[in-house]
Amino acid sequence: MFFTSFGKYLLLLKTVFKKPEKGSIYWKEIMHEMNSIGVGSLGLVAIISTFIGAVMTMQIAFQLVSDLIPNSIIGQINRDSSILELSPTISALVLAGKVGSSISSQIGSMRVTEQIDALEIMGINAPGYLILPKILAGITMVPVLVIISIFLALSGGLIGGALSGAVTPSDYIMGITGDFRGYTIAVALVKAFVFGFIITTIAAYHGFYVKGGALEVGQASTKSVVVSCIMILVADYVITALML
Amino acid sequence: MIEVNDIYKSFGDNEVLRGISANFEPGKISLIIGGSGSGKSTLLKCMVGLHEPNKGKVLYQKQDFTRLNFEERIPIRKEIGMLFQNSALFDSMTVEENITFPLQMFSEMSNKERIERANFCLERVNLEGRNKLFPAELSGGMKKRVGIARAIAMTPKYLFCDEPNSGLDPRTSIVIDELIQDITEEYNTTTVVVTHDMNSVMGIGQYILFLYQGEKKWEGSNKEIAHSDVEELNDFVFASPFMKIAKEKF
Repeated sequence: MFFTSFGKYLLLLKTVFKKPEKGSIYWKEIMHEMNSIGVGSLGLVAIISTFIGAVMTMQIAFQLVSDLIPNSIIGQINRDSSILELSPTISALVLAGKVGSSISSQIGSMRVTEQIDALEIMGINAPGYLILPKILAGITMVPVLVIISIFLALSGGLIGGALSGAVTPSDYIMGITGDFRGYTIAVALVKAFVFGFIITTIAAYHGFYVKGGALEVGQASTKSVVVSCIMILVADYVITALML
Repeated sequence: MIEVNDIYKSFGDNEVLRGISANFEPGKISLIIGGSGSGKSTLLKCMVGLHEPNKGKVLYQKQDFTRLNFEERIPIRKEIGMLFQNSALFDSMTVEENITFPLQMFSEMSNKERIERANFCLERVNLEGRNKLFPAELSGGMKKRVGIARAIAMTPKYLFCDEPNSGLDPRTSIVIDELIQDITEEYNTTTVVVTHDMNSVMGIGQYILFLYQGEKKWEGSNKEIAHSDVEELNDFVFASPFMKIAKEKF
């Protein structure tokens, strides 16, 4: 069962990456999807990242009660946790729910209402036209969202630490700027790129092969979110193991 | 001219089509009729390449469509227009965008020319001025007419209609039938219509193919159908009290 599905997924991707019929139409679709995935998810990612950053700062401060450890270490731990794990992974899990379910139900609805058949009858490569712009938008916008998420998580940490009195702004800023390694950003971007690919392709796969009606579209959407979340966590582990 | 030669199609153990052969001529409306589950929609989908037959051939102008890959089918597909049962209009596009979409994808027309073509097609189906409406804002009959407008946008040689009258009132059904007839005559298209609407059968059925449990049981014209001695066909055609009365008057 797994191998059948995986084989179908690979064959679908092979069709997706065929040469587009007309670049200008695809370009318009890519812009539309970038707006939908990026701008459409910005608010949610911003709220989650800011609060996670704030809560992380307070929890780290709570656990590091020692005169031997400088307070600036709170900022440092928050920075590395946000860059390496929280911003890419939490953002990706949230996007799997929001963007993934939307992609899956959109393509699934098109399948059950014969819109995909209509594209194929016209001689259009339906997987390419429907899925390629979403993948390109996903692998572009998820890293952008992760960068914004990192910035907001660190800002949230600053605000949370200052408001709760857990760490002074100067100590926190000293922590997040000290011993910074640019490589961690590269790891975060690799994760974001892979997560963007996973979210869009798995959702598109589940939507594209829906059979039945509205009920099955809903089920496919739920399944795509579950599978995407699991695959994000697996990919997270693999990338971390390979890059750190 | 479309030739269907000895088509077999199964889904798992369920054999839906068994050795169907037929010829569909240009300038004529050919109807595929039969009860629910008789295989008529499956046959249509095999003809346009949405299903691959297990055995048999579909020939467009003597070219074997079933042996062609996706890229090789594109030139033939550009000559196909199809009206789907639920119209299958793209929800995210306006009426005008739906009609101009195939032109945008495959023609070198300018934006102005595409809009002119869309206006012409909309005028042809009596929907002028509805360019900016979305499919959700249209009635069932209007959706079908937009579906026809989209199907004729590329001036097709082959027109396929899957249950064009389903869900429509009798008056609108007649309008759709007349539209299909006019387009067939005007463009000399090879038109294939899947239907179980007896008004369509009697009104526009120049060639009728009757399927029963996946097999071809009868073929002929609407003038011959009333005199058929095929029991399954008579049971299907004269199922309603109205048609029984009509038969007595023949």
